[in-house]
Amino acid sequence: MSYHPNDVSRRATVARVLLGIGFLALTTAFFRAQVLRNQEYLAQAEQNRFREVPLAAPRGIIYDRNGRIIAENLPGYAVSLLSPTADSLRSAMRRLSNIIPITDDQVEAAVRRWRKNPTRPAVILPDAPFDVVAVLEERRVENPSLIIQSTPKRYYPDGPAVASFVGYTGEVTERELADTTHSDYKPGQQIGKGGLERSYERELRGKEGVRYVEVDARGRVVRDAGARPEQAPVAAEPLRTNIDMDLQLYVMSLLGDSLRAGVVAIDPNDGAVLALHSAPTYDPNRFVGGIPADYWRELNSDPRRPLYNKVIQGRYPPASTWKLATSAMAMEAGLVQLDDHMPVPCTGGYRYGRYFKCWDKKGHGDINLRRAIEQSCDVYFYQVGLKLGLSRLVAGGLKLKMRERSGVDLPNETQPQFPPDAQNYFNERYGARGWVPGSVSLNLSIGQGENAQTLINMARFYTALATDGKAARPEIVSRKPDRVQIMNLTEAQMVGLRLAMAGVVSSRGTAGSARVEGITVAGKTGTAQNPPNPDHAWFMGFAPAEKPRIVVGVFVEYGEHGYVAARIATKVMARYLKATTAPLVTTE
Amino acid sequence: MTRRIPDVPLVLIAFALSVFGISMVYSAGQTDTMTFIANLWKTQSVWFVVAMCAAFAASRASVRFLDWVTPFAYVLTLVMLLLTLAIGGGAGTAASSKSWLVIGGVRIGQPAELAKLTVVLMLARVLANRREPPESLLELWHPALVVGIPWVLIMLQPDLGTGIVFIGIFFAMLFWSGVNGRLLLLIASPAISLVLAFSTRLWGAWFLVLLMLVWFYRPYLLEGIALVCINVVTGVVAPILWEKLAPYQQKRLLVFLDPSIDAKASGYHVIQSQVAIGSGGWFGKGFTLGTQKRLNFVPEQQTDFIFAVVGEELGFIGVTLALTLFLALFMRAIRISSRANDPFASLIAFGLLASWLVHVIENVGMTLNLMPITGIPLPFFSYGGSFMLASWLSVGVLMRISQEGRGRGDLAAI
Repeated sequence: MSYHPNDVSRRATVARVLLGIGFLALTTAFFRAQVLRNQEYLAQAEQNRFREVPLAAPRGIIYDRNGRIIAENLPGYAVSLLSPTADSLRSAMRRLSNIIPITDDQVEAAVRRWRKNPTRPAVILPDAPFDVVAVLEERRVENPSLIIQSTPKRYYPDGPAVASFVGYTGEVTERELADTTHSDYKPGQQIGKGGLERSYERELRGKEGVRYVEVDARGRVVRDAGARPEQAPVAAEPLRTNIDMDLQLYVMSLLGDSLRAGVVAIDPNDGAVLALHSAPTYDPNRFVGGIPADYWRELNSDPRRPLYNKVIQGRYPPASTWKLATSAMAMEAGLVQLDDHMPVPCTGGYRYGRYFKCWDKKGHGDINLRRAIEQSCDVYFYQVGLKLGLSRLVAGGLKLKMRERSGVDLPNETQPQFPPDAQNYFNERYGARGWVPGSVSLNLSIGQGENAQTLINMARFYTALATDGKAARPEIVSRKPDRVQIMNLTEAQMVGLRLAMAGVVSSRGTAGSARVEGITVAGKTGTAQNPPNPDHAWFMGFAPAEKPRIVVGVFVEYGEHGYVAARIATKVMARYLKATTAPLVTTE
Repeated sequence: MTRRIPDVPLVLIAFALSVFGISMVYSAGQTDTMTFIANLWKTQSVWFVVAMCAAFAASRASVRFLDWVTPFAYVLTLVMLLLTLAIGGGAGTAASSKSWLVIGGVRIGQPAELAKLTVVLMLARVLANRREPPESLLELWHPALVVGIPWVLIMLQPDLGTGIVFIGIFFAMLFWSGVNGRLLLLIASPAISLVLAFSTRLWGAWFLVLLMLVWFYRPYLLEGIALVCINVVTGVVAPILWEKLAPYQQKRLLVFLDPSIDAKASGYHVIQSQVAIGSGGWFGKGFTLGTQKRLNFVPEQQTDFIFAVVGEELGFIGVTLALTLFLALFMRAIRISSRANDPFASLIAFGLLASWLVHVIENVGMTLNLMPITGIPLPFFSYGGSFMLASWLSVGVLMRISQEGRGRGDLAAI
C-alpha cells in the first residue's frame, strides 16, 4: 500500500469526514424519532400497554307513580379475558373450562365479541354466579389475562307482573350494532330489549366508565388498578312511570296463569297508563344477560303464547265494543239520535241479500239506540250501518284513528287493520264484482269484517268516549298529555252515550253480572266470533260513569262471552277508584 | 526497548462503552414478568472481565508476532468455519442456521466472530505486502480471495449480517490501502446493479453512469468488458436471485421498505423498536423503567435490539451519549491507524474500525428501520460472550498498535 504520511493523513481526513457525516445522520434520525415525533410514539406505547376495561353504568331505576320500584340494579359479576388472538382466547377458555363450567357456545360467543373489538377484554361470562367468581379469584395467578369486575345487573322486583311493559336488558347483538342508531355501542354492552327498557334506552343507559389495566406483549395483565386514572361511570336518572303497581299486581292476580288475556287501564284525562298486563306472563329477570335456551324454548312452544303481548300486539275483531264507534259516527252525522228507532224491529235477524243474525235469537223488538247499546242489538246496528253507508263507515273509522297505532311509548305496537278507503281496498281484495257494499257495511257496523283492533287502540278510543271526545295517547312514562279531538258531539250527546253505556253494566244490560257496589261503570261488552274456536271476550269501559277517571279494556282469548271480560274490568276499576278516593294516609 | 505507555483514552472509551452496555443488559432483564434475561448481566460481567484479560494478553503480542501468526490463524478460522458448517448448530432467534460450533452438545462459540478478526489480519497482510495499491480489478484477486472464502462459508450458515460486515471490512481496507475511489465504485457496481435491477429505469441510469466510469477510469479493455457484462448479467439475474431467496429473507427486505405491510409478524419487531425509541423523548423514561421493554414489546431487547432500550429509557440524550462514545472510539482508531509504524499495523487498525463501524451503523440503524434487520449485535452492548471477547481482543490489538506507533506524547488528543 502507499504509506506516505501525506496519503495517510488525506485518507484519515476523508475517513473522519465520512464518519462525522454518518453519525450526524444517525443522530438526526434519532432526533426526528425521539424529539419531533415523540408524542406520536408515546401514544402508541401507551396504546400498547393499556387495555380499556369498560365499567358499566347502572341503568336508570324505573319507578311507578307512587315511588315503588319497577326496575333496579343488583350487584353482579362479569368475567372477561384479554387476548391477542382468537386462538389464544379459545385455548384460555378451554383451560378455564377445567375449573368452571363453560360450554362451546359460550366460547364461540366470546370469540365473536373479541373479533368485534380485539383491544377490549372479551366478555366470557356476562353474568357469573358468585361461586364461579370465587373459584376464578382463587386461581387468578394462573390466569393473568382474566378480568373479573362487578357490574350492575338489572332486576325487576315484581318480575312477571311487569313483563308486559318493562321489557328486559341484554347484550347488544351484532344486528343492533350494525344499525347506525347504535353507532355509539360497543360489543358486550347492555341494551334495552323491548318494553320501556328499549323505548327509553337513551334515558336509562347512563354513561359507561372506563378503567385501564396494564398488559404485557402477550396480553397478560401486569397491573390492574391505578395503572392510569379511571373514568367513573355515570348512573342514569331514574324514570318515573304512570303505572300504579298496586293496580298492576291486582290485575295480574285477577288474570292468574290460566287465562289468555290482556288488560289495560288508562286515565282518560291525560292518557296515563295505570296498568298494562298480558297473561300468561313470564319472568323478565330470567331474560337479563341472556335468555336461557330451555326457558326460551318453553315460552315459544307454549300454545298460550306468553311472549305475544295481547294488549299492544294482539289484533282481534273489536265486535260489539265497536258499536259505540258506529253510534258516534251516526250521531255526529245527525242520522240517528239516542231515542231514535230503526225501521225494522229486531226479530233475531235481518235480511239483506242473505240472513244476518242477531246474537239473541229471541230478538230485541222495536228499540231505540240507548236500548240497542245496552242490549247490543245487532239488527239495530245493521240498519244504522246501512243508513251511514260504507264510505261514511270507513271515513268515520279513519277519523276515530282506527287505522293508526295508539302511540303508546312501547316498541312493537301492532298497527290495527281497517280499510283505508271504501272502494279500492275492497275491489283489490275481492275483485270489483266480488263484494256488495251493503253486506260489508252490515259487518263493519257491528265490529266484524275487515276490522281488527289492538286492545290499547280501542282503549284510546274509549278515552274519547269517557271525556269530551278527545282521545288521549296512552303514556306509560309521564310526559306531556297528547289529546286529539276525534269525535265532535255535543256535551248532551256525550253524556247520553255514557248513560247508555252505564246501562250495559246494569240489570238491563249485557254486563249486568259485572256490577260492583257503589260505582257506576259504563262500558260495552263484545264477543268476537272466532270459528271454529270459542269466541273472544271483550269489555271496554270506564268509571265512574259521571266523571270517568279510569278507562279499562279487557280482552280474553276464547273468553266466550263479553261479561267474562266485564267482570275483570269492573273489579279493576273498583280497586283503583277505592284506593284513590279513600282519604290519603300520609306518613310524612 | 523503552517501556511503552498504554493508550489510555482508547481503553477508557472501550471500558465506558462496556459498562454502559452491561447496564443496558441489566436493564433489559428488568421486565414485569421476569425471564432468564434478568440474570444475563452477571454472565456478561464475567465475560467482560475475561475479555479485558484477553485484551491485555493481546496487547502483549507485538505486531511482528501478529504478522507471523496471521496465516495460521486464518487457516484455523477456515477450518473452524468448515467444521461449523459440518457439525454446527443454531441458537436463539436463528435456531435453524448453523452459526455455533457445537462439540458434544456444548456450544463452544461462534467462529464467525473470530473470522472477523483473522480476516482483517490476513487482508492487512496481503495489502501491506504490495508496494502500490491495486489499480485494476485483476490485481484485486488476491485480497478478494482472502475475504471471499470465509465470506462464502459464512453465507452458507447462513449469516447475512456477518457477511455484510466482511464486505464492509473489504471496502474499508481497500480504501485505506489507497485504492482509487472510482475503482471501488467499479468493484461495487455488480452489487449496485443487483439492487437497482428491480427498477428498469433506475438500472438504466446506473448503467449509463457505469459506462462513463469505465470510459474515464480506463481499465484494461477486458476488464471493462467483463464489468459491463457482469452488470448486465446481475441486472438480469437479480429477479431470479430474488426468487431463490428464502421467504423469510424476502420478507425481511420487503418489511424493511415498509414495516406496516406485516405489522403483526415480520414488521412487528421494527415497529415496536421504533415505538420504544420514539416514546423515549429527550430524557427517556428512566433507567429500567421503559414500558415497551418491561412489558416485552421490544424484541430481543438484550441482544439485537438493545439500542431500543437505550433509546426508550435514556432518551435522545442517552442515544447521543452512546453514539458519541462510539464516534470517539472510531476517531481514536483512525488516529491509531494513521500513526501506526507500518502499513500492516495501520491496515489492521483500520480494518478493526471498519468491522465495528458496520456493526454499529447496521445495528443502530436497524432499530429505527434505517437498515434491514440482519441480526448483527451492537459491540460492547449486546449480550454475548464471543462478541464481547472479540471486541476486546480488537481493543487489545489496537492498544499494541498504538503503543508501537508514533506520537505517544500527546495523550489528551483523541
